Amino acid sequence: MLLAAIGSGFVMALLAPGLTRRLGRAAGWVFAILPVTLTLLFAGAWSAAADGAPITTTLAWVPELGLSLSFRADGLSLLFALLITGIGALVVLYGGSYLHGDRDLGRFYSWLFVFMAAMLGVALADNLLLLFVFWELTSLSSYMLIGFGHDRAPARQAALQALLITGGGGLALLAGLVLLGVGAGTFEISALLGQGAAARIDPLYVPAVGLILVGAFTKSAQFPFHFWLPNAMEAPTPISAYLHSATMVKAGVYLLLRLSPALGGTELWTLVVGGVGATTMVLGAVLALAQTDLKRLLAYSTVSALGLLTLLIGIGTPRALEAAVVFLLAHALYKGALFLVAGILDHETGTRDITRLGGLWRGLPITAAAAGGAALSMAGLPPLFGFISKELAYEAALAGPGGPALIAVVVIAGIGFVVVAAQVGLAPFWGRRPTDEGVAHAHEPGVSLWLGPMILSLASLGAGVFAGAVGGWVGPAVASATGTPVTVRLALWHGLNPALWLSLLTLAVGGLLFAARRPIRNGLSRLNPVLGADLGFQAGLGGLNAVAQAQTRFFQNGYLRFYLLMVVATTILLVGGTLVSQIGVGWPLDVLDVQAHEVVFGGLILVAALVAITSRSRLSAIAALGAAGFGVSLIYLWYGAPDLAMTQFLIESLTVILFVLVFYHLPHFTRLSSPGARARDIVIALLAGGLMTALVLTVLAVPLFPSISGYYGAVSAAEAHGRNVVNVILVDFRGLDTLGEITVLGIAATGVYALLKLHPRNPAVGPVYDSARSEDGS
Amino acid sequence: MEIVLAFVIGGLYAAAVYMLLRRSLVKMLIGLALLSHAANLLIFAVARLTRGRPPIISLGAEDLASPYADPLPQALILTSIVISFGVMAFALALAYRTYRTTGTDDLDAMRGSDR
Amino acid sequence: MNSLILQTTTRYLLPLLLLFSIFLFGRGHNEPGGGFVAGLVAAAPFALYSIAFGAREARRVLRIDPRWFIGFGLLVALTAGLLGVLLGRPFFSGVWTYLVVPGLGPIDLGTPMLFDLGVYVGVFGVTLTIIFAMEEAD
Repeated sequence: MLLAAIGSGFVMALLAPGLTRRLGRAAGWVFAILPVTLTLLFAGAWSAAADGAPITTTLAWVPELGLSLSFRADGLSLLFALLITGIGALVVLYGGSYLHGDRDLGRFYSWLFVFMAAMLGVALADNLLLLFVFWELTSLSSYMLIGFGHDRAPARQAALQALLITGGGGLALLAGLVLLGVGAGTFEISALLGQGAAARIDPLYVPAVGLILVGAFTKSAQFPFHFWLPNAMEAPTPISAYLHSATMVKAGVYLLLRLSPALGGTELWTLVVGGVGATTMVLGAVLALAQTDLKRLLAYSTVSALGLLTLLIGIGTPRALEAAVVFLLAHALYKGALFLVAGILDHETGTRDITRLGGLWRGLPITAAAAGGAALSMAGLPPLFGFISKELAYEAALAGPGGPALIAVVVIAGIGFVVVAAQVGLAPFWGRRPTDEGVAHAHEPGVSLWLGPMILSLASLGAGVFAGAVGGWVGPAVASATGTPVTVRLALWHGLNPALWLSLLTLAVGGLLFAARRPIRNGLSRLNPVLGADLGFQAGLGGLNAVAQAQTRFFQNGYLRFYLLMVVATTILLVGGTLVSQIGVGWPLDVLDVQAHEVVFGGLILVAALVAITSRSRLSAIAALGAAGFGVSLIYLWYGAPDLAMTQFLIESLTVILFVLVFYHLPHFTRLSSPGARARDIVIALLAGGLMTALVLTVLAVPLFPSISGYYGAVSAAEAHGRNVVNVILVDFRGLDTLGEITVLGIAATGVYALLKLHPRNPAVGPVYDSARSEDGS
Repeated sequence: MEIVLAFVIGGLYAAAVYMLLRRSLVKMLIGLALLSHAANLLIFAVARLTRGRPPIISLGAEDLASPYADPLPQALILTSIVISFGVMAFALALAYRTYRTTGTDDLDAMRGSDR
Repeated sequence: MNSLILQTTTRYLLPLLLLFSIFLFGRGHNEPGGGFVAGLVAAAPFALYSIAFGAREARRVLRIDPRWFIGFGLLVALTAGLLGVLLGRPFFSGVWTYLVVPGLGPIDLGTPMLFDLGVYVGVFGVTLTIIFAMEEAD
């Protein structure tokens, strides 16, 4: 069932372009059927996960590599799967209207479904390597979707940047997962988690965790890789809502949650994961205040939220993990809604600049209501779900190991959320109406655009009001992250505890900062350190390109003899070095066995070769080349190879004829190289020749592996009806090779014909033959 | 007896490499021809040599009478000789066409497309 | 090239070498010879002819464009491989039968010989295509 659920997304991706054209306006509604169905399916699988017997599917793929198509739908996986398909359904619907009329809408849906299927794969995979495959597939589809508007340079750059960072992290992740799997002796995640603390004492623990964290941090935009996420806002808004806020960027968080029972709890884990999370969280919160673009504002606050999630996982207490899972859900609901609202504002007013938006509630009352709900949840006001998640986070920080500093940074993040929520969800709809004509006359969009944010906002409200029920629902997910069964009790009223006082403080400071947002923004945008990271990335990329170009210019310098020299010199060094250092040159001592004829034949060949290379005249060089060839054919004849001798003799004659025919048209020999270059080439040539002699001698000194020829000899006459074994091998035993050979010959002849007879100045093909035949007929 | 061939092969390889490193296209082609001789003899020699005993079953016999020259390398070399001829012909035609098009046989003058 | 000796020799060599090539081809399965050598030997007199009288004259004697031989040879070779398939055996399985010739006794006939014929014709065509094209290069 799980395999079919994931596969359906890929099938849909194939069908999407054609269907989009056929369905027209209805495409969004029709396409949403699949994710809605999947949502219901996963919801149905919930009870099994809650009972501790999650649905699994296993199919062998590459058993030798420990790679199997195994999927497992436990609480955490199902929570993610439901977010993916649920928000996916709303985004599919929304995207159809948002991009209506775009001629690439089919491509959009195609990649959207690829992403959905891949992300489901990440969430449901029970095999480390399988998870990696889907992980990379999400990076790829993210690349295609960020670069959806590929005719704009910033979109291409942002797409490439995201791909390089997440792809580079993916490589680290692969290495880390392999180390983890090798150390644990299994690549099955459920088996790995079942081993308890074994992974933490494995000597591979530190490198494995380090590499896996790099992968998770790049994907989830943690410092210092955070800068790709704001740049990824070049993607169409539904994509930003879906990939870059609700699902894909949470893949890193998912991985950390998934592996924390096996890897978490160590000092290294707490320090690195918690530290990076805290840094990212504060950085995102501060930088968000500098933004005026709705989507970038949301993106920085997403960075901050991802930082909070990472920090909570780093703290690693059951309370903190519970807070992480609950906040993950709350964030997906409100941030998805706010992104979709930002898209509506962009769509209806033509701008995303918050300084130009205001008083829009009259024109867009429904959107204003949806935005308000989501913003209040983000700000952490009761009775919305965001309030509960914030209280939990504060409680986890209060009980956590970090003391006042930890509490302070979490509160800073909370304040940041309040300010961003007010700027995105409230400010554009209330207050003075701008004078801007296009903004002032904006009106409500169609139902397929506002339905998504409205449903998500209502979900935020519903989850807050029915917190007790939701607590029961997220229980299995928290249990997956802690590794032990837990009961989650969520409620709006926690009593007059420190967390509540911190909440009030957060709201008060947040309100003050919101009032002072303009001077803060101006101050911050002046120092804007994020540009540093982004510029650093650009400089690094530029440097890499420069190095690549320089070494390409050096190695691919266009001098053919330089390439050949490199090949020969490398061969001499590697083969010769290995031969001398590892094996030693052999010397089969059968000098007495040499007969005078053989020395004469050999001498003839060598003298002819020497003449061929030293002669200043082309004709004598060709003649010497022919003499060398005839010498070779004598060798064949002498050593019992009459077929070879005959063939060599004939071929040599033909080659000489060809050389004469062609050289007739080519210039005379000239001395082009300098004496220095000639001397160098002579040394290289002698070294190469010496190496080959040494190789032959060494080979001759070791016993010969028995040849298959004995078999050929035995069956040649009896079964292949031929006594010339060489010929039988050619036309029978190895007939397929020979067929290939004559095919190559035919191609070579055709190539020769084309090179010599077909060229622009002589477009008529084979006129000589045609005229010859007509003469013959006359 | 293979010792003689070992030095012949080395000599042919040295001559071929030297010619392949020339700037002149026509000299390079001669190097190519020498290289195929060297490679064929290499296969021939390392499979061990047998004097004057072709791998041909006598009339009426069922099997090769030992000792006999190994037929398998011979079949491979036969293929190689004929293929080398095809390659050589193609290289010569290419050289001809290149010279007609560029007006030079100096390989250093033909770097244009590679930079 | 206008050498009277070469021209005269070539005229006489043509039938002789063609006969010799058929002889080489015929015995190739049992004695030194075979399709490769035979094809080269058959091509040699036409190559000589094109040197002595020019490619145009050689083409006239040959009558058929040598490129046709390449295709024909490949086709024959492929057919030889496919005959086994028609009988439900793997590609290139040898299929043998024999022919009783009065006075000579039974002669083995098999697809490897047909294949060798393809090689013979193909090599002949390849060689002459190359030689004629080079001879005609201006």
